[in-house]
Amino acid sequence: MTSFGLDPRVHAATAAREVPDVGSSQWRLTWRRLRRNKIALVCAGVIVITVGLAIAAPAFAGITGHAANQQYPNTGLSADGIPVGPGRTFWLGADQLGRDLFVRILYGARISLFVGVVATAIGTVAGVGVGLVAGYFGGWIDMVLSRFIDSVLAFPYIVLGLALAAVFGPSLLIVMGVIAFFSWAGIARVVRGQTLAIKEREYIEAARSIGAGPLRIMFLDILPNLMGPVLVLATLSIPQAIIFEATLSFLGLGVQPPTASWGNILAGAQEYYTVAWWYLVFPALALLVTTLAFNLLGDGIRDALDPTTQRLFAVRRKPRGSRPRGGVRWDGSRLADAAAAPGAAGTEAGER
Amino acid sequence: MRLLIFLIRRVLAGIVVLWAVSLGAFLLFFTRPALSVARQIAGKEPTAAELELITKRLGLDEPLPVQYWQFLDRLLHFNFGYSYANGESVNTILAQDLPRTASVVVGGVVLWLIVGLGVGILSATRARGLFDRLATVGVLIGLSLPTFVIGELLLWGVFLQLNERGFTWIQNGYVGLSQGIVPWIGHMILPWITLASVEAAIYSRLSRTSLLETLGEDFIRTARAKGLSERRVIFRHAVRASLTPVVSQLGIDVGTLLGGVVVTETVFSIGGLGQDSVLAIDQGNLPVIIAFVLIAALFVVTANIVVDLCYALLDPRVRIA
Repeated sequence: MTSFGLDPRVHAATAAREVPDVGSSQWRLTWRRLRRNKIALVCAGVIVITVGLAIAAPAFAGITGHAANQQYPNTGLSADGIPVGPGRTFWLGADQLGRDLFVRILYGARISLFVGVVATAIGTVAGVGVGLVAGYFGGWIDMVLSRFIDSVLAFPYIVLGLALAAVFGPSLLIVMGVIAFFSWAGIARVVRGQTLAIKEREYIEAARSIGAGPLRIMFLDILPNLMGPVLVLATLSIPQAIIFEATLSFLGLGVQPPTASWGNILAGAQEYYTVAWWYLVFPALALLVTTLAFNLLGDGIRDALDPTTQRLFAVRRKPRGSRPRGGVRWDGSRLADAAAAPGAAGTEAGER
Repeated sequence: MRLLIFLIRRVLAGIVVLWAVSLGAFLLFFTRPALSVARQIAGKEPTAAELELITKRLGLDEPLPVQYWQFLDRLLHFNFGYSYANGESVNTILAQDLPRTASVVVGGVVLWLIVGLGVGILSATRARGLFDRLATVGVLIGLSLPTFVIGELLLWGVFLQLNERGFTWIQNGYVGLSQGIVPWIGHMILPWITLASVEAAIYSRLSRTSLLETLGEDFIRTARAKGLSERRVIFRHAVRASLTPVVSQLGIDVGTLLGGVVVTETVFSIGGLGQDSVLAIDQGNLPVIIAFVLIAALFVVTANIVVDLCYALLDPRVRIA
C-alpha cells in the first residue's frame, strides 16, 4: 500500500507472493469475480433499467398521453366510478381518480431512487467518518461514539419519524434526514470494528513512524482497505432507504399527494384493492423488484470481494468447510503461493 | 448478587434515558405557539377572551420552569392530559388502545421467534439443501418488501379471496379476547404474520449463520465423538451456544418492532396505540403524541433490560461486565 523507498530485502517466498499482485488490483479481481455471478449481473441490469425508466418518465407520459397528476375521469373510470383495469389506454390500469398508474409508478420510481441514493450517500459518509474516528482514536472518544451508535441503532426510527413529521410537517427533506440519520449507525459500527483491527497492523505503525498525521492515516491508509465492506453496506442500505421512504409516505408522513411516490400510491391502494387489484399489485411489484435487485447485487458484491464465503446459488457445489483451491484471495494473493509461505497465510486467515 | 447489581444499574440507566426522552417530549409542546393550540381547541370563531381562558387553563402562559414542573408533576401521577382533538382524557384513550396493541405485539413476537429460530435451525442443519435455498429466497423477499406491503398483499390475497368464497373466519379489524379465542385469532392472524414477517426473516438468517458457525466448533465434534444422537448434539449443545448472539440482537430490534406495530395497526385498522399515534400526528394532537412517545420509550427500555437479563442468564461471562 505505502512504499517508503527502502530496498526490500525480503524472504524469497514472500517476494514471490508479491509478484502476481502487480497489474491486477483488488478491484479488478473483484470485478472479474462479479462478472461470473449471473444473478448479480441480472440485478445490475434491472437497476439500470429502473433508473432508465425513472429518467424517461416524462417520455412515457408523452407516449401514453397521460400526465402524472392529471385525472381522466372519462376514460380512467367506468360508468359506476370504478377505476379501469390494465389495457391499451391505461397500461397498468387507473387509480380511483382516473390517473394513469403506469405513469405514476414511473414518477414514483424517481422519488424512491433519489431518496434511496441520496440518503444512503449522506449516511455512508457520516458513518465512515464516525466509525474511523471512533476506531482510530479509541479511549473515551470511542466510548462516547459507540454508545451513541448503539442508542441510534436501538431507537425506534418510526417513532422519531413520527415525532419529526409532527413538529416540522411532512416533507421529502425530513424523510431523507430521518433515513440518513438511521443508516449511518450500522455502517459506523462495522467501520469502527474494522478500523480497530487494521490500525494494529505494521504498515500503520510504519506510516506513523514516518510522521503521517491521524487524518492521513485514517483516510489514506485505513479507508482504502475498508472500501469493500463499505460498498457492500451502502448497496444493501439503498433498498432499506427505499422501504423506509415508502413506509413513511404510506403513513402520510413523507411525500404528500398528489406527488406520486410508491408509498402514497400503495396507501391509496389500501381502500381500493377489493375492486382494483392492479392498484395494489403493480406498485408492490415495482417496489419488490427494485429492492430485491439492490439486495441481490449487494450480496453479489460481497461474494466477489470475499471468495471464501459460500454462495448459496453457486453452480458448482463445494463440500462444506473446504476452501476453494487455486483461486485468488481477498487481498489478491494466490492461494497456491500463500501455501508456500505458511506464516503469511496463517496471519491473514486469523484476521479474516 | 452480581446479577442484582447488574439489574439495579440497568434500571437506573433506564430511568435516566426515560427522563431524557420526557424532556424531549416536553419540548415538543413548544413547537406550536400557544395561540394556535388554543384556536384548535376553541373551535370556530373564538373570541379573544375564550382563547386566553384556554391558554390559562392549559398553563401555557406560565414561565417555562413552572410549566416543566407541572408537566413532571402530571407525569409522575400518570396523568397525560387531555386530547386537543376532542377533550377526551389521554388515559382513557390509552386504556382503550393498550389491549389492542398488546394483542398484536404478543402474537407477533411469538410467531417471529418460532418461525425465525425454527427456519434458522432447519436451514443450518440442512445447509445448502432444498429447504435452505427456499428459505433464503423467502428471507430475501421478506427483507425486500416493506411491512405495510406484506400486510396489504395478505389482505388482498388471503382475506379478500377467502371471504369472497364464503370462508369468513379470517377477518380485518379488531375483536377483543372477551369475544372468544377463535374469533380473536381469526382477526389477529394476518396482523401477526405481517408483524412477524420482516423480523422472522432477519432472525432466520442470523440464527442460521450463528448455528452453522457453532456446528464447526470443536466441542460439537467432541459431542458427536462421544456418541450423542444428532438431535441431542444440535438442541442441547449447538443451539444453546449459538443463541447468545441472536439474543443480543433482540434488544436492538425492539425499536424495529415498534415501527412494525404502527404500520401493522394502520393496515389492519386495529385502532391501537400505533394507529392512533399516526392519527394524532395528522391532527397535531400533542398530548396524545407525547403519551405515545413516552410509552414507546418505556417499552424499549424495559425490553432492553429484559433482553440483557436473558443474555446474562444464557452466557455467564456477561454478568461481570
